[in-house]
Amino acid sequence: MNVAFLGASKGMGRALARRMAERGDRICLLGRDLEDLKRSAADLENLGATGEVGVTSCDLADTKGFAAALAAAKDALGDIDTVVVSAGAFGDQEALEADSEARDRLLTLNFTNTIHFCELARTMLLERGGGRLCVFSSVAGERGRKPVILYGASKAGLSYYLEGIDHKFHSQGLSVTVVKPGFVKTGMTAGLDPPPFAGEPDGVARDVLKAIDRGQPVVYTPAIWQWVMLVIRYLPRAVMRRIGF
Amino acid sequence: MAHETKKKFTPRLVKNAAPAKASGRSVELAGWGRYPIVRGNERQSEDLADITRDAVLTRGLARAYGDASLPPAGDRNVASSVLADRLLAFNRNTGIVRVEAGFPLMRLNRFSLPRGWFTPVTPGTHFVTVGGMVAADIHGKNHHVAGCFGEHVRSFKMRVADGAIIECNDENHDLFRATLGGMGLTGHLLEVEFQMERIPSPWIWEESEQLPNFETVLERLEDAGREWPFTVCWSDFLVTGSNAGRALLMKGRWAKPEEAPAGLPQWRSAPTFPIQLPSWALQTWMMRIGNFLNYTKHGAAVRRHIVHPETFYYPLDVIREWNRVYGKRGFTQHQAVLPAPHTHRRHEQYLRLLHDLRAKVFLSVVKDCGDEGKGMISFPKRGVSYALDIPIDQGTQQVVDRLNDFVVAEGGRIYLAKDAFTRPEHFRAMDPRLDGWNEVRRKWDPEGRLKSALSVRVLGDRA
Repeated sequence: MNVAFLGASKGMGRALARRMAERGDRICLLGRDLEDLKRSAADLENLGATGEVGVTSCDLADTKGFAAALAAAKDALGDIDTVVVSAGAFGDQEALEADSEARDRLLTLNFTNTIHFCELARTMLLERGGGRLCVFSSVAGERGRKPVILYGASKAGLSYYLEGIDHKFHSQGLSVTVVKPGFVKTGMTAGLDPPPFAGEPDGVARDVLKAIDRGQPVVYTPAIWQWVMLVIRYLPRAVMRRIGF
Repeated sequence: MAHETKKKFTPRLVKNAAPAKASGRSVELAGWGRYPIVRGNERQSEDLADITRDAVLTRGLARAYGDASLPPAGDRNVASSVLADRLLAFNRNTGIVRVEAGFPLMRLNRFSLPRGWFTPVTPGTHFVTVGGMVAADIHGKNHHVAGCFGEHVRSFKMRVADGAIIECNDENHDLFRATLGGMGLTGHLLEVEFQMERIPSPWIWEESEQLPNFETVLERLEDAGREWPFTVCWSDFLVTGSNAGRALLMKGRWAKPEEAPAGLPQWRSAPTFPIQLPSWALQTWMMRIGNFLNYTKHGAAVRRHIVHPETFYYPLDVIREWNRVYGKRGFTQHQAVLPAPHTHRRHEQYLRLLHDLRAKVFLSVVKDCGDEGKGMISFPKRGVSYALDIPIDQGTQQVVDRLNDFVVAEGGRIYLAKDAFTRPEHFRAMDPRLDGWNEVRRKWDPEGRLKSALSVRVLGDRA
């Protein structure tokens, strides 16, 4: 695969990029910190990525730079058949309620700007006759829940958008994969007591790569979260009002 | 292994793509022996340089048994290197590798073996970081020929106490030798560059034999070291009488290409020991039976076979978190080297002392060491090393004190990476190199900013 990857320098994105490199995919990294991206690129080249791993500046907070970043990635790779977006913001509900600036930032990054980037990416992929678009959403978007109301809302919106473009453009060759991770042990969740079924970044990467290859539209990872969220989705409102989950 | 308090999961703000401002959380931290437990504000981030700015210590996978990877009491900031795990450079022709300090040995092995290279020195577990391997200046089954890991380190990048980040090698800084085995107290390691060893195949040729008593252990270890690059003895210190200290001697070398199986070794995923057993669950009589079975099932004949490197180097890694078998009480390891020459008298006395102390030595490993290396306070020196796993109870301090009396009297010393009970006066008496090391340390850290629970306990640092 020839992959343009936004968000590969940390957490689950790093693990997924490594899996891609190990099997010899060609990769171009998009991100804000070019020096850090170069270090990730070296890591991926050493692990087996085909050719030089490109790096190009792209800040999810700055939509004006998206088109140029994708164009630079295309130049670096020659052709892009896969776009992965694992960048995003994560928010403490209490903090977001108290800080309107942080709230706006999270909603903008996770919803508006990610969709803006995906629109450019899917247009580019459709122009070449199709391709794969893989975007990290979250199980938090499955139902409104007390600890993750705003974060969940941003991810719910993103998931609906991705489902919609899958419906509309699948016949034109666009394969959309929405990733819905449950609790995963990353730097973001460090210090927290992992709940049952907590996943590791590399396990998530394995599941996601398999889903991209199969053209699977939605992947819950670890897989058991599909069943956990099935139960949560159908819990009566009266129960949801009482529980803290 | 970090032992963390139970906390409800509540997401927190992490800004996208910005350098992670991991705010840290006050958690209970412990080493592999699960004793002592200290509260610390542990921060994890891919950006290790960022989180080391105001940390008193950096810790990796926390495989030091005692308090070497713990901050002093008082909820101090400690950086975790485990997310800084990138392979920055690998020259497949020269075998020179550069990694971030949190790069785990397990990944290094899985990367390098198929490419014809292996770490020049490995400890008995692959759940360690390369930064930790430098900080403890680890040694392995080939110490008698290859020395410590530090002998193969070319340079490293570290954040020193005043906040500066420097590239350090044996030519440009006295800090280099002070850092090898310096238990993370001279600076925060950020990157390490070292020389790998070229291997003829990714398999190990192993030969093992029974040794019926301790006299034969000393003789055969010395003999085996002349012919084999990897030697180690698993010994039974619970058995008494004429069989006291009987052992299985394992010898190994990399298999020649014509001996090796055609394929690459397959990596196995290790199951995790699922629960913490009650402290009373593991009893001495059980270990006596286990040791007896382990010894007798080998049989009297010499065994020769090709084995997976994981089987040879990391037999205990087949079960993750096996330290849970010791329960809440935890365990310690007393590892001491008694200097050459290998006189039977000295070692018989050591064995007798263990017997007199009724020390519950559940697991013991005996290994002959080569010469001292570059590390200013690294553990090994020419002699015989005894690593004794002891479950913690009310008598443990006394056992360690008595063992240390003996070690001091015989001119030996202990390994700080395993220690949780040694008193400062004992350590000072064991290691005359300490003053020289402290001089370098104070030159670079005059205000004493870098410290650990171990440095407060053993080296007299202010908490």
